[in-house]
Amino acid sequence: MSMNNQGRPTAPSDTMTNAAANDVTTISGNKGLMQAESLIFEIGTPRRTGVDFAEAKAVKSRLGNNARTSEIGLPGLTEPQAMRHYVRLSQKNYAIDLGVYPLGSCTMKHNPRLNEKVARMPGFGDVHPLQPESTVQGALELMHELSHWICTLTGMPAVAMTPKAGAHGEWAGMAAIRARLDADGHTHKRRVLVPESAHGTNPASAVQCGFTVDEIPASGDGRVNLAALKEKLGDDVAGIMLTNPNTCGLFERDIIEIADLIHSVGGYFYCDGANFNALVGRVRPGDLGIDAMHLNLHKTFSTPHGGGGPGAGPTVLSDALKEYAPLPFVVKEGDKYRLVEDNTGDGAATFGRMCAFHGQMGMFSRALTYMMSHGSDGLRQATEDAVLNANYIQASLSDVMSPAFGGVCMHEALFDDHFLDDTGVTTLDFAKAMIDEGYHPMTMYFPLVVHGAMLIEPTESESKGELDRFIASMRGLAIKAKAKEVEFFQAAPVHAPMRRLDETQAARKPVLRWRPEVVDAAE
Amino acid sequence: MRYLPLNNNDRAAMLAKVGVKSMDDLFTDVPKSAVLDGLIDLPKHQSEAAVERYMSRLSGKSISAGSVPFFCGAGAYKHHIPATVDHLIQRSEFLTAYTPYQPEISQGTLQTLFEFQTQVALLTGMDVANASMYDGSTACAEAVVMATRVARGKKRKAVLASGLHPHYAAATQTVAQYLNIELVANASVPGNDSATIDQIDDQTACIVVQSPNVFGEIIDLEPYAEAAHAAGALLIAVFNEPVALGAIKSPGEQGADIVVGEGQGIGVGLNFGGPHVGLFACRQKLVRQMPGRVCGETVDANGDRGFVLTLSTREQHIRREKATSNICTNSGLCCLAFTIHMTLLGEAGLRQMAEVNHANACDLADRLSAIDGVELVTETFFNEFTLRLTKPAADVVEALADKGVLGGVPVSRLTGDLDDLLLVTATEVATDEDISAYEVALKEVMS
Repeated sequence: MSMNNQGRPTAPSDTMTNAAANDVTTISGNKGLMQAESLIFEIGTPRRTGVDFAEAKAVKSRLGNNARTSEIGLPGLTEPQAMRHYVRLSQKNYAIDLGVYPLGSCTMKHNPRLNEKVARMPGFGDVHPLQPESTVQGALELMHELSHWICTLTGMPAVAMTPKAGAHGEWAGMAAIRARLDADGHTHKRRVLVPESAHGTNPASAVQCGFTVDEIPASGDGRVNLAALKEKLGDDVAGIMLTNPNTCGLFERDIIEIADLIHSVGGYFYCDGANFNALVGRVRPGDLGIDAMHLNLHKTFSTPHGGGGPGAGPTVLSDALKEYAPLPFVVKEGDKYRLVEDNTGDGAATFGRMCAFHGQMGMFSRALTYMMSHGSDGLRQATEDAVLNANYIQASLSDVMSPAFGGVCMHEALFDDHFLDDTGVTTLDFAKAMIDEGYHPMTMYFPLVVHGAMLIEPTESESKGELDRFIASMRGLAIKAKAKEVEFFQAAPVHAPMRRLDETQAARKPVLRWRPEVVDAAE
Repeated sequence: MRYLPLNNNDRAAMLAKVGVKSMDDLFTDVPKSAVLDGLIDLPKHQSEAAVERYMSRLSGKSISAGSVPFFCGAGAYKHHIPATVDHLIQRSEFLTAYTPYQPEISQGTLQTLFEFQTQVALLTGMDVANASMYDGSTACAEAVVMATRVARGKKRKAVLASGLHPHYAAATQTVAQYLNIELVANASVPGNDSATIDQIDDQTACIVVQSPNVFGEIIDLEPYAEAAHAAGALLIAVFNEPVALGAIKSPGEQGADIVVGEGQGIGVGLNFGGPHVGLFACRQKLVRQMPGRVCGETVDANGDRGFVLTLSTREQHIRREKATSNICTNSGLCCLAFTIHMTLLGEAGLRQMAEVNHANACDLADRLSAIDGVELVTETFFNEFTLRLTKPAADVVEALADKGVLGGVPVSRLTGDLDDLLLVTATEVATDEDISAYEVALKEVMS
């Protein structure tokens, strides 16, 4: 072994290199950079705090008979302890900033940090929703400006800004349809057509608006079966909810004909805009005959997903639906901006208020920052790159995996599990092996129309070099699967912070909160 | 373009691999009539510096809460947020992660959700909580829908007490109107609310009572709980200000079955009304009817403790049209901010924060109500109270703003009437100078 002058080894010894990392157990439970971390309830105490306050003034309490007398039981940590606790936990998360995050239909693109800086500017982040309008003109102008960008990009006349997430936007669109039908006295129109490949939120949103759902089967090429759709048409049809590009990553070629068919029976066309990242600057939904569509600002327009939210789901509306838009909304009068907050005047036909205030301002400021940064040219290029990246993956994997449908795809590539036939390896196993390769798995087992689906959406944020490394891993895993290395796949992941988790046990005996262990009375 | 890694050489090589000649060949499924040839009529790309300058100017056109004496509340509250909170929620691993669908590489998000659920359950005095909703108002609407599910659809009536935030009542009405739920809403007035209890009958699925209510009054929930339970209905307790629960009895102690509220006051900025974070907690026996995401404890293949999203058989991606709700997202990063701030506070910090809030509000109420033409309407309150003025409150608020004081929210902004009532909030950020400035300005405006 080579040593320096002080007797310090300068190269690993043979025994070091031979030791299998996973066989090493540590006294602390830590694994080097990966620190074991307990719950705050196990490390904090109710008396400890990381926030200092001034002494409260001496006053006579106005709490009446309802002053709290019981302990809450909330543990606290000092600032250095809290910092370490949450930084340690953060390191157990995968993230876009760490690597490829190809979740289909989720559009995990880069989140520019200028967005974060802008959202925290005091005129957006530190204004109260009920300040006098004269004191929030900048915030209202931003909402108005973002509305203009959204309407221009979609080719639609109006947008409802208040929906707080994609599903909330779906609900808003369907509620606008319902309000229009009710206003016209068409109370018999209660059936909504939904393709079987739709996101689960679509049928759920329709039902929450008091509609019934009728599924339309897919055709052999992964698109809406037009003949089946025609058979389902009738006077009781309220509308259709169609995702375009659909969840198979394919553009619905017959979309204009579908719109005409729905309109011919007095129904309305709701388009799920979750996949708008394939179209921005290239296709305007307004040219396709749609009546309502939500946008996911947290997908298409780069606001962060934040581990599950908050999102924002502005919903564009056609001339037929726009007067039913939810309250409140911004109008410009001269050079002043005003909020319409009640159902008089411009808001007379509204279907109502969807949330306490004006929508997700924090997402509006980020999304407009992103749009202005890209501009009309950059947005179009981003769309093209997103579609190209997906097609490049599809083309590079089609000989070892099984593309669900032929031809070019849009912004996401869909594979089924036929390439795993007779291998003993499942889509789930394959996904878990991707974790060990350093990637977040693609969307799996969705859409439901394809067996063992693997839906890969790389977005425009990936470089060719990153895609090539990803493709090499996928090809390698496909070959391993075909060699029937079942144990390798079933053991995966072994390099993640945790091994596979038992979801069945979690659901059967739900433990949804921490509780103190019962201490023996004798202690 | 700074966000796009591909260059033209990459694009050419990749198009060749795909086997097409140009980008246009990737869009051949688009109907010809819908193909856009040129650029959309919007400005072209701009540098980071240019966009930042534009946004900075736009930001400067509003008066921010932190720059003036500030006393607005009515569902959104200005508190000091420790720098640690905003630093941690901007960690890439939290900020740029998706919903934790792959638990092996999402334990950071999942463990904080488990901590969040436990904190919310403790704070509200309930058994369990979900992983958050969009905001307090949507949580309120979902709670009413849940109560009709608990009643197996047999009871379709919900009674809303008079002190419920009018926006919460409106959001609930919006959802209820298409679900055949009958809402009995009581007009917003401060003081006596005897009607609510009399309106409970055997068709009532739930009553919805807010405390502190929208006027700031602290409501004794126990009589409502008794009356609801006697009729086989649920009590849904609502709050706008989570800090209040550090000073007053929890809804759980007073018999609530479901507790919903706005969590923004802990960890989340005003953000002009969103994003905020809806809190949702309930009794254990109701958990399978609860909407929204839930995180649960389990073990991994080595037997080590870990966390997963669970009870997903309630949710839309499994149940589709039979789901308990169409909700897909939660308010992820905001509930993380809530959890971190609550961890920094701990019980001792939360109680101290609540005490300072209450003391500042009492001081302000005493000083303002000593002014001619100003009367304190609310006998009990936490950090928000209602004043009756001899002038229209909306005009007074505008006049105060001209003097550089954001003095509160006119009740008419929420209800369309009660022009003489003004909601005023004082939190720990109100300094003695702020309070004195308000006192002086209001004296001038009322004289």
